[in-house]
Amino acid sequence: MFRQMSFRQMSTAIAIGVGTLLATGPDAPAQVKIGAVLSVTGPASFLGDPEKKTLEMYVAEINEKGGVNGQKLQLVIYDDGGDANNARTFATRLVEEDKVIAMIGGTTTGSTLAMIPVFEDAQLPFISLAGAVQIIQPVRKWVFKTPHTDTMACEKIFADIKRRNLSKVALISGSGGFEKSMEAECVKVAPKAGISIVHQESYGPRDTDMTPQLTNIKGKADVQAVINPGFGQGPAIVTRNYRQLDIKLPFYQSHGVASKQFIELAGAAAEGVRLPAAALLVAEKLPSSDPQRAVVVDYKQTYERKTGQPVSTFGGHAYDGLMILTEAAKRARGWDKAKVRDEIEKTKGFMGTGGLVTMSATDHMGLDLSAFRMLEIKNGDWTLIPDSGT
Amino acid sequence: MAEFLQFLFSGLTVGAVYALIALGFTLIYNASDVINFAQGEFVMLGGMSTVFLALAGVPLPLAALLAIVLTIAAGFALHRGAIEPARDASPVTLIMITIGASIFIRGAAQVVFDKRFHSLPPLLGSEPISLGGATLLPQSLVVLAGGAVIVVLLWLFIDRTLVGKAIIATAANRLAARLVGINTRRIVGLAFAISAAIGAVAGILVTPLTLTSYDVGTLLALKGFAAAMLGGIGSALGAVIGGLILGMLEAFGAGYISSKYKDAVAFLIILAVLFAMPQGLLGRGRVERV
Repeated sequence: MFRQMSFRQMSTAIAIGVGTLLATGPDAPAQVKIGAVLSVTGPASFLGDPEKKTLEMYVAEINEKGGVNGQKLQLVIYDDGGDANNARTFATRLVEEDKVIAMIGGTTTGSTLAMIPVFEDAQLPFISLAGAVQIIQPVRKWVFKTPHTDTMACEKIFADIKRRNLSKVALISGSGGFEKSMEAECVKVAPKAGISIVHQESYGPRDTDMTPQLTNIKGKADVQAVINPGFGQGPAIVTRNYRQLDIKLPFYQSHGVASKQFIELAGAAAEGVRLPAAALLVAEKLPSSDPQRAVVVDYKQTYERKTGQPVSTFGGHAYDGLMILTEAAKRARGWDKAKVRDEIEKTKGFMGTGGLVTMSATDHMGLDLSAFRMLEIKNGDWTLIPDSGT
Repeated sequence: MAEFLQFLFSGLTVGAVYALIALGFTLIYNASDVINFAQGEFVMLGGMSTVFLALAGVPLPLAALLAIVLTIAAGFALHRGAIEPARDASPVTLIMITIGASIFIRGAAQVVFDKRFHSLPPLLGSEPISLGGATLLPQSLVVLAGGAVIVVLLWLFIDRTLVGKAIIATAANRLAARLVGINTRRIVGLAFAISAAIGAVAGILVTPLTLTSYDVGTLLALKGFAAAMLGGIGSALGAVIGGLILGMLEAFGAGYISSKYKDAVAFLIILAVLFAMPQGLLGRGRVERV
């Protein structure tokens, strides 16, 4: 019985193997291979999953319209499960076996940084979908990224605080990776923005009550506004405790909680909280004069129609990456790796879901602060705060 | 003064939860010498089941009741399916089994429920109560009152009923208990069920304050275990006192010393106490049975 089973399994395996060879063999030259390593499963799956769906959706659409430069695109996606070691292995496989022309992804900063040396050696353009600023600073010739950074979120919040004629800020941040990184960036850019950070508190990722920390902030007479760089359930509890203690100061959350779930969890306490977020979150609320409206509304509706799931900004990063790459290939009139890279660097005035992208030899992300919109929670929903006025 | 009160309220609320979890540890430890690291998972199951039953349209009180029943069933299943078959193994092996069970329950919860955070509406509204310059949410009072009711009920049950006496007898001497006709197997199963019920109630009471998700149990179990050790493992009163002290240490540590090191402060003090009193505050020295 056992013997028979294993024989049958082996023959199936051979059949599948031969089938794949036959399937990919003959028509491969007519296609351009684009590689992607995404964290489709694992702890970062809420990032990687919409990215994968977005890439598959739009590559199919591009191919229906005849491809790019007369060649159809073939997407080769590997799932690193959120593990940077896997990402590196897949990166090598994409270069040596799949012979891809360009790369999109690296869902997490860890995966991206692990893959960078492979693509720099192979000299092929690499557009990362991860957040950290270290990916593009210092500038690496072959590496680009589409998402905005923590630093920009800090700057956006600081700009809003300045507009309210305030300058003394207290930070209460979680001790997770995202929070730590954003806290450090905020402290770094504060002096340049004319903001002084007068008090800092922190809480553990699983803490259930932050009233002691907030009581201390409340007791500091010189604090004028409070920022909570946070992720997960922590910010919702901080927001509730903030209202419980009846602190009247303006309260800012980060883009880490820019989802409807935050409003649900924090409930009535979320009223009046401000936070920076990508335009995608408020696509339909953007005024018709907004130059970004068409792009984000179109992407949001396409994604929600095809997947039946609410849109996320992370899928938007993948959309931007694919479009920047294909636009660059069109301008390069071919798929020569070096020429495509040069054209990506020359991307100018590209309107993506993440904002207006204008890259240069010194800026491989190309976003400015308009990538973020300042939102205020009113009546359990987002409202846009115009950049001018208070 | 207002600050002190605020820290005190925070510490008491958080501490009450730790106390209930420590109580669950104590009960199972007494009946079976096992430290049940799946205790935190009971808290999660209570909260998450209530949330999802309520989402499915079950009225909230009924959802809470069903969630408690479900968690008790899980406690029974844990005993019958994992602990009982290995009853001849050493306590260390059994403890490892409970760790495995906790990982399994967490994984199953990820699939059956989801990976998001959830909340429940508070029992008495969300308008904070002002007290001497500090504020307190009504739900904190509910948690404290619920904790007190559970402790009293448990004490009445253990001290005043025949089944309760049987638990004490089993804890004191398993063989002697069996010789006087106590079904010790059933008693240990009962201890698991009661611990599960206490965990579930704790989970339901705190979810409006602390939110819940499939993985809240891990850290709660760790804190509850620390509280039980501090109070003296095996002592019910010690569990309650240990829990409240741990909550208070965290709150005052964060408030007066530094929020960056509040867990370190709490655990340092626990270490110091255990260094001086290895049996914990109220623990009795155990006599090795020969």
